Amino acid sequence: MSKQIKDFRGTPLRESDFQEGKVLYVHDALRGEYAWDTGIAIGHYLAGLKKGVILGARCDHCRKIVVPPRTVCEWCFRPLTEYVPLQDTGTVNTFSICYVTWDVKRIEKPEIPAVIEIDGASPGHGILHKLGDVNPEEVTIGMRVQAVWKPAEEREGAITDILYWRPLKEVKKR
Amino acid sequence: MSERVAIVGVGWAGFRPSTPYQSYKELMYEAAVRAYADAGVDPRRDIETFVTVSEDFHEGTSIFDEYTPDQLGGALKPVHTIGGDGLHGLATGYMLVRTGRFSLVTVEAHSKASNILTLPYITAYAQDPVLNRPLRLNPEYIAGLEMHRYLYETDTTPEQCAAVVVKNKRNALLNPLASFAADLTLDEVLNGPPVAWPLGRHEVAPLADGAVVMVLASEEKARLLTDKPVWIRGIGWCNGPASLESRDWADAPHIREAARLAYRQAGIRDPFQEIDFAEVDDTYAFKELQHLEALGICLPGEAGLLTEQGATEPDGEFPVNVSGGSLGVGHLLDGTGLARALEVVLQLRGEAGPRQLEDVEVGLVQSWRGVPTTSGVVAVLSN
Repeated sequence: MSKQIKDFRGTPLRESDFQEGKVLYVHDALRGEYAWDTGIAIGHYLAGLKKGVILGARCDHCRKIVVPPRTVCEWCFRPLTEYVPLQDTGTVNTFSICYVTWDVKRIEKPEIPAVIEIDGASPGHGILHKLGDVNPEEVTIGMRVQAVWKPAEEREGAITDILYWRPLKEVKKR
Repeated sequence: MSERVAIVGVGWAGFRPSTPYQSYKELMYEAAVRAYADAGVDPRRDIETFVTVSEDFHEGTSIFDEYTPDQLGGALKPVHTIGGDGLHGLATGYMLVRTGRFSLVTVEAHSKASNILTLPYITAYAQDPVLNRPLRLNPEYIAGLEMHRYLYETDTTPEQCAAVVVKNKRNALLNPLASFAADLTLDEVLNGPPVAWPLGRHEVAPLADGAVVMVLASEEKARLLTDKPVWIRGIGWCNGPASLESRDWADAPHIREAARLAYRQAGIRDPFQEIDFAEVDDTYAFKELQHLEALGICLPGEAGLLTEQGATEPDGEFPVNVSGGSLGVGHLLDGTGLARALEVVLQLRGEAGPRQLEDVEVGLVQSWRGVPTTSGVVAVLSN
């Protein structure tokens, strides 16, 4: 299309025009720093991760166990007060294979974000994390996976206390 | 179609300088549960649409709309988030009811100010990035500029501004939701450390965390739900020119215009005579005076005199900020206007406890979005 256009109208701009100050602009960077209170439910969840346990919350009204835990069931609006330890195994609900990092760098070894339905939680309730120790081409929906934890002394009560999830079969082999 | 819209439920949570025991979601949930219990409604069954008010930079999460439905009972229902002050949310909820499409609407606004570690930088980002921000001033200088010109043009005195602080912090002593109640003297306020002269530290409302939820109903629904509806009789909002170069530094014409819209709708001709009390923005002490004048409660330059004479005290002719205002209660960022409205609702219902005013029928509430804005809302409520 553009090959057919011979005469481009307007004023061409080069990067050097900006560098040499021929084109003016103002640069500024926001200093936005926050310390989010994790609160009751997520506070419990993170404390659980530090101990190597994934906690869910039970809604007796909906007869569901949700993860991560919250203080209110979004479906019936009843308060959730009971925390339930779940397995650190689960099933891949969905995944993607990403060849671009979060800050837009091309990578050869892809990252594999996945939603993992946690064993012990109700169907459809999972956590978002990453898969590892796996050939990207072999990942499937429905694949059984297990958490790979940081060493206990390095855990800090964060979602990154789980390093990644790997296929459950491999764990059994070892 | 519903001609009248009522507030039928109010709830609150937090109202403390910090709330480390709750996430913002849990704060909202607590306020929502209280509002729904107050209204006698089940949000999953009864509430048809939800309006939340928040500023992404205050939350530290962009597209914050996505994080509001669950804890209000709004999952898989029509929800939208607007930028503004909480009273902008009240106006939006009002309009949603008036469309005739919705008969029960939830309005929410909150503050987790304690979680924002660099708030002055965030506020500074509200300035023009090319013309003003490069000067690298703490944004409270804008309040200093406004106050100076306001004092200059109206002959209002620093003592009169300080009297606002004394009154509001003393009023707050009777308000269990107030975090910054105090019994100060005029001299203590005047001799406090300066922030942006002529503005002193005691004249700046301290920040607090908190959430406010209100349930709005059509007249038909309101009659079914409560025998104490609080009617939104008029509501208006206005934005002035944002420019820090050519705005009216002494007056608040945006509040004057918002008030004109609200009064016209409510049929108010003489606000001082027809309205019994007011909760107005007092983010800075002089703002209470400037706002009262813009609201037409008195002429420019008179609000300081009225305050000195005690007319705006709880037992005065026109009580202002019986709650303690933001100076006494704490400033709730985007939730501030709804916090002021909460007091008006409680007063009109006769549920304000030891600070209850006698024989009040019509209350005024006004909000301002803070520096550097010229953005505000005015509402007339009645029982």
